[in-house]
Amino acid sequence: MYAQLVETGVLKVSPDAELSPEEQIFQAKIDAGVKIEAKDWMPEGYRKTLVRQISQHAHSEIVGQLPEGNWITRAPSLKRKAILLAKVQDEAGHGLYLYSAGETLGTSREKMVDDLHTGKAKYSSIFNYPTLTWADMGAIGWLVDGSAIINQIPLCRCSYGPYARAMVRVCKEESFHQRQGYDIMIQLCNGTRDQKAMAQDALNRWWWPSLMMFGPSDAESVNSAQSARWGIKLFSNDELRQKMVDQTVPQVEYLGLTVPDAELKWNEERGHYDFGEIRWEEFYNVIKGNGPCNRERLATRVKAHEDGAWFRDSLLAYADKKSFSATQAA
Amino acid sequence: MGKALPLWEVFIRSQHGLAHKHVGSLHASDAEMAINNARDVYTRRNEGVSIWVVPSASISASSSQDKESLFEPANSKVYRHPTFFPMPSEVKHI
Repeated sequence: MYAQLVETGVLKVSPDAELSPEEQIFQAKIDAGVKIEAKDWMPEGYRKTLVRQISQHAHSEIVGQLPEGNWITRAPSLKRKAILLAKVQDEAGHGLYLYSAGETLGTSREKMVDDLHTGKAKYSSIFNYPTLTWADMGAIGWLVDGSAIINQIPLCRCSYGPYARAMVRVCKEESFHQRQGYDIMIQLCNGTRDQKAMAQDALNRWWWPSLMMFGPSDAESVNSAQSARWGIKLFSNDELRQKMVDQTVPQVEYLGLTVPDAELKWNEERGHYDFGEIRWEEFYNVIKGNGPCNRERLATRVKAHEDGAWFRDSLLAYADKKSFSATQAA
Repeated sequence: MGKALPLWEVFIRSQHGLAHKHVGSLHASDAEMAINNARDVYTRRNEGVSIWVVPSASISASSSQDKESLFEPANSKVYRHPTFFPMPSEVKHI
């Protein structure tokens, strides 16, 4: 999931009778499937939770460019380079759609970016892992974007109009990302023994972090219950993770690779795959800032932003000068 | 935090003959940059043949509180729809 552990600020989900009259009207709209729009009345908690969720989602798209950007200059062919460039450019676009959706809630782009740079806002844990080989470009597109699709498709139906509409655009483009990744894996697996070993190595390193993307089990989480009631979270983390495992295992088998999980087994009774325990201490450690690349990712983002400051300033100065000359001429 | 680039609303005409449709917004210092950014952000897959950009501050919008006074009067005027008038089945092309 691109937004993990989103706080709602509530200690318990209040029954309808305890809601204020405005909140009851609001909840009735959500229950009836009516989209909430920017200018509509909304509870402060809903607004704040959405700002957290959407900005975290946007930051993930933006920081998510970095692991793949690492391979643009080293792609194995011009074709792969052009495709990877287009993919990374899409991620920038996704970040922009999402920041715009966030801004409709009354926060500013500068505030959101500042919160990312000071470490106040989070981004997905997955982008704090290094991209060591070309096969990582395959594994990321296939598994990371694959997990993102599973998470984002339900969000196209979420209760907040601007977020839902941004998700529709994102999902249309995300499918290209997943396929180009799997295509890289197919080619590596049909290549030399070393190339196939490289693909297996990438799968070994990205499998578990991809499953962690959905976040820890939230069956007992008050935040998730509240978000579900508000229509901004439509399935539990475990349901989405199970879906990811179920649909990906046959894709691994097609490649002739092995899932790095000795406990993975088809469960006839459940109609799902059983899989091993996830090491959540690793997830929490990465979230806390101690993943392999946390510091590097944030430092790169901050540097890019600061290095561009003179350019943004000069754009504004130029625009001011032009409108001043236009006034003078009139 | 530097000074913010102004916000623009982006409208794209998808094919010849269709109206421009709102697709989203972006930040830009002036109209030229807004069009260039709109090209990159909203038309990477041949979504459009024409772009309009409008400073968001120039848009006046109706408020959701005015929904009833603005739109309810139309509810009682069902005769504005052709289906209001039943036509005898033997009458054709109407």
